[in-house]
Amino acid sequence: MGTPGPSKAFAVSILSFENVSLDYGAAAKTGKLVLGAINLSLRADEFVAVIGRSGSGKTSLLNLAAGFIAPSNGRIAIDGVTIDRPGADRAVVFQDDALYPWLNARDNIAFPLALRSVPRADRFEAAEKLLNHVGLPGAGDKKIWELSGGMRQRVGIARALASSPRFLLLDEPLGALDALTRGKMQELLLTIWSQSGAGVLLITHSIEEALLLATRVVVLSPDPGRIAADIPVSFGREVLAGQPVRTIKKQNAFHSLQETLTDLIHDEQAERAA
Amino acid sequence: MTVSTETYIAAGSLSGSNDQSRRQRRTFPTIMISLMTVAALIAGWTALSLYQIISPIFLPSPLSVGRSFVNLVTVGFVDSTLAQHTGASLLRIFAALFASVFIGIPVGLAIASSRVGKGIFDPIVEFLRPLPPLAYLPLIIIWVGIGETSKIVVISLAMLPAIILSTVAGVKSVSSDRINAARSFGATTAQVLRHVTLPSALPSILTGVRIALGAGWSTLVAAELVAATRGLGFMIQAAAQFLVTDVVISGILAIAAIAFLLETIARLIERRLVPWGSRL
Repeated sequence: MGTPGPSKAFAVSILSFENVSLDYGAAAKTGKLVLGAINLSLRADEFVAVIGRSGSGKTSLLNLAAGFIAPSNGRIAIDGVTIDRPGADRAVVFQDDALYPWLNARDNIAFPLALRSVPRADRFEAAEKLLNHVGLPGAGDKKIWELSGGMRQRVGIARALASSPRFLLLDEPLGALDALTRGKMQELLLTIWSQSGAGVLLITHSIEEALLLATRVVVLSPDPGRIAADIPVSFGREVLAGQPVRTIKKQNAFHSLQETLTDLIHDEQAERAA
Repeated sequence: MTVSTETYIAAGSLSGSNDQSRRQRRTFPTIMISLMTVAALIAGWTALSLYQIISPIFLPSPLSVGRSFVNLVTVGFVDSTLAQHTGASLLRIFAALFASVFIGIPVGLAIASSRVGKGIFDPIVEFLRPLPPLAYLPLIIIWVGIGETSKIVVISLAMLPAIILSTVAGVKSVSSDRINAARSFGATTAQVLRHVTLPSALPSILTGVRIALGAGWSTLVAAELVAATRGLGFMIQAAAQFLVTDVVISGILAIAAIAFLLETIARLIERRLVPWGSRL
């Protein structure tokens, strides 16, 4: 990150959607697209939040980036190399934590390392470090079912970080959490993004969350999913600088953006109803 | 079976609301009701045999059954003690269980994870599943003879569908997120199978093993019909032929006790291996 001058452009990876469209099984016959002609690029130092109504193809976008599904047209690439399968350079955190109950918290976190046959002692050390990093010091021996929803997501995030990915793909990771936990987790996500050097693609249905965390907010509109807006924001930096979230939310700039985004999503609804 | 009913009842009484708890304190514990039922049955049995309402040839008294049980343990019947009969039967059950787990889990994986595997094995399993073991016992004897192998094969065939189907159900219910998570960390297909699919399916597979054990016991007596010289099933049949009813009843009680013991052990193993059970 510290590299000065023009060489920085080479140091930062770019995940790009090039003219990507997607249709699903039966929908293909009717020509109905889930996503149509998406062009989007995400630098590995950005935090991009994708918002949109359900059915706008947010999760499909993430599944494409992860390589779980293949686009019907166009291509997804990292630094120009086409992605055709899931890979350790793009780690996913799921809404339903997708942790492995037969492993304790530490072994869940070390799972990506175990897949690469990292020696046991090194895995242990790395996992302990990550446990501290996500605010769960000493919780390594805990069983997954002994953890609360928020703690599970912390483990899920630590597990994704263990993979040392270039991009973190977050599929509504805070969607199932209560408001208080959610607030704490949002700060954790910001800290992790600022320290890990990985680009973040966050799918969320919360406009507020998108504004607080992201450096760019992408609005998807449905039928077919396409990019309706791509807006740079900077409230996340204020949160990182230690400004209380409550005062940030009171700013006029925050309010007006919140309204703009609400209108963007709302307009679509009106359009569909007509 | 008894174990499961008790567990459900215990769970029910724990979750009972406050206004119920007062009534529950006054009510009898369920285990006492069960014990009283058993006591009543034994009392009725004693009365029936004591007053010779049913001839002792058909229904010997509990006392003579108890005496014959002791006799079975110390002296034995048809050249073997109860322990030897039990040992022979257990050996067959476990050999068959081992074989059916060894074959059933890979077959289940093949059915659940590949179209070709499903095409090959599905009709075979569906053909085998509804067949009563007694129907194919003669054929197995023609094919592999009257030795120990035929007995183990018959019991295995009775166990196989339970193992295969529970493996299929287990593999199919693995959440796609769990699999996708591993793939996104760079897991190969083999690693996903070994580290995600199999452990996820384990609770279901263990349930299948318990069902298979039940199927195994019910097939055991049939399997020991032909050319056995030892075994609980053989012992019961030999006793029946000589109308030694007390040995027949002792044998039945022994099978029930062992089946119950195995079920309990299987549940303990299950709790040990998959402590998350239905929690996740």
